[in-house]
Amino acid sequence: MNLAGKKVTLHDMCLRDGMHPKQHQFSIDEMVNIATALDDASVPLIEVTHGDGLGGASVNYGFPAHSDEEYMRAVVGVVKNAKISALLLPGIGTVDHLRMAADCGVSTIRVATHCTEANVSRQHINLARDMKLDTVGFLMMAHMIEPEALLEQALLMESYGANCIYCTDSAGYMLPDDVTARVKLLRSKLQADTEIGFHGHHNMAMGVANSLAALEAGAVRIDGSAAGLGAGAGNTPLEVFAAVLDRMGADHGVDIFKLMDAAEDAVVPIMDEPIRLGRDALVLGYAGAYSSFLLFAKRAEAKYGVPSHKILLEMARRRTVGGQEDLIEDVAIELSRKKAL
Amino acid sequence: MTQKQRAAIIGPGNIGTDLLMKAMRSDWIEPVWMVGIEDSPGIQRAREMGLKVSTDGVDGLVPHVEEDQVRFAFDATSAYVHADNSNKLTAKGVTMIDLTPAAIGPYCIPPVNLGELLSAGVDDNVNMVTCGGQATIPLVAAVSRVQAVDYAEIVATVASASVGMGTRDNIDEFTRTTSSAIEKVGGSKKGKAIIIINPAEPPLIMRDTVHCLTEDEPQRDAIVESFRNMIAEVQKYVPGYQMLNEPIFDGKRVTISVQVEGLGDFLPKYSGNLDIMTAAALRTGEMIAQQRNSA
Repeated sequence: MNLAGKKVTLHDMCLRDGMHPKQHQFSIDEMVNIATALDDASVPLIEVTHGDGLGGASVNYGFPAHSDEEYMRAVVGVVKNAKISALLLPGIGTVDHLRMAADCGVSTIRVATHCTEANVSRQHINLARDMKLDTVGFLMMAHMIEPEALLEQALLMESYGANCIYCTDSAGYMLPDDVTARVKLLRSKLQADTEIGFHGHHNMAMGVANSLAALEAGAVRIDGSAAGLGAGAGNTPLEVFAAVLDRMGADHGVDIFKLMDAAEDAVVPIMDEPIRLGRDALVLGYAGAYSSFLLFAKRAEAKYGVPSHKILLEMARRRTVGGQEDLIEDVAIELSRKKAL
Repeated sequence: MTQKQRAAIIGPGNIGTDLLMKAMRSDWIEPVWMVGIEDSPGIQRAREMGLKVSTDGVDGLVPHVEEDQVRFAFDATSAYVHADNSNKLTAKGVTMIDLTPAAIGPYCIPPVNLGELLSAGVDDNVNMVTCGGQATIPLVAAVSRVQAVDYAEIVATVASASVGMGTRDNIDEFTRTTSSAIEKVGGSKKGKAIIIINPAEPPLIMRDTVHCLTEDEPQRDAIVESFRNMIAEVQKYVPGYQMLNEPIFDGKRVTISVQVEGLGDFLPKYSGNLDIMTAAALRTGEMIAQQRNSA
């Protein structure tokens, strides 16, 4: 694979996707400290939001220690070069949240929908574009549909005004060929000035390999997370990916040793649990369930005595999509009832 | 034998047609007009079912209101045209039952606040909130009738095939309107609404979860009893409204999940989200008609 000289924008997720394993309990100091370290390592783009996007504060997904606004203002205030992005899932957050984020100084808005439901994102993408924000359409659980179907949805988001479209492997299910097929088709059919991005999860340990496949197929933005801090087995570990890119001579623009320091000295110490590819995460990736279901399944296991990986398998079997956390407790109750019979 | 009260349905799409099929069975409401803007399949169906039709919007109906004794108009169009429809028809003494998100009139969740609206004399225009609101606000109210609720949150999961372009184009309206009605009608101090759209095939039946955070420790027995009574009330007009598991109590959190299966009149059974709107709208018309008859 030849990626020599290829320009890549790395986008760090640990202050958004990493909110899931932290149960949204980052302190402001922890966030500021990590953002400062990432900025110092010249990471160009850092996402800061509730794990489930703007307005995600809820019983269903978890109440954070601080509001989206407090986190975003704190981080925007300390970074020198990095730009800050926010995630928005229509159906959870609204254009009011989007305006608030822009007011905090966020410059990239990523509007996320399930991969078949892009047409709920029109009002949010329209507004972000009208506000001259860097506007990204983020198609989640992209493994669940064929590349041609993903393209249709990408074209919708592009038509609403997104200047970048993501193929998002929310379940960490994809293998490199799956990524290649999707990204290649998007690259060949979207407008030349529309960027393509890839967001991976490491549930099958494919984070780095999939991100390389995405780059080779034409993606220019890659999400990762320092020390991998993210849902499931975490995101593509950003410092690892940057080191790989460095060896391949790609133009990644970050200081890989400072990024290693950020991961080791700022992110690892604040982890509640080490991010590792355990059985639950592997089942997420193997069967194709939404990565942030993991901790909910563990809590349901503790309460109802049903193994968490069996709950996750059932969630995948029911073809659930991101956001259906409320079903997990019900599934656990049903499985425990079956066990009792 | 009391005489049925006559009604017009505005908007001959899926919702309007489903409502028509339900209204044909009503003991209190008699659908006589279907109003559209062109000779659409929905207009043709209504004509075949013996209704008079307008293909000229409400302007085609207005001159006939008195002669045909139209007392109700169910508006299943859009928020943009509802205000105009409502102005023209309420001036003629027609009661508007608004299935759009326009919300000119007060929110109406039949088993929760229709009685109050009737005793307050509100009968010119009522709004049916949202599908998620109809499915969940009765359960929020079931808790707030027992004790003070600080916060209520609803999660509506619906089949992709049951979500039309109107909702998709302005999904924020669902979120905002439902949140507001959770507070105003459900009786929670703060409300939040989430909608999840799932494209699985075969389509999933509408599922709703309601989380309430009570001010003091939840009074379990009273809340469970209140849920049962409320579910029985909703089942009077949506027989496929069912609790999925026993309510969950966890500290001050009370959680209940329900499934809403439609009757499958015109809309498929999985789209309980649409069925509960048409059923609640008809129920509202019937209760107003009943009150007029007994007055």
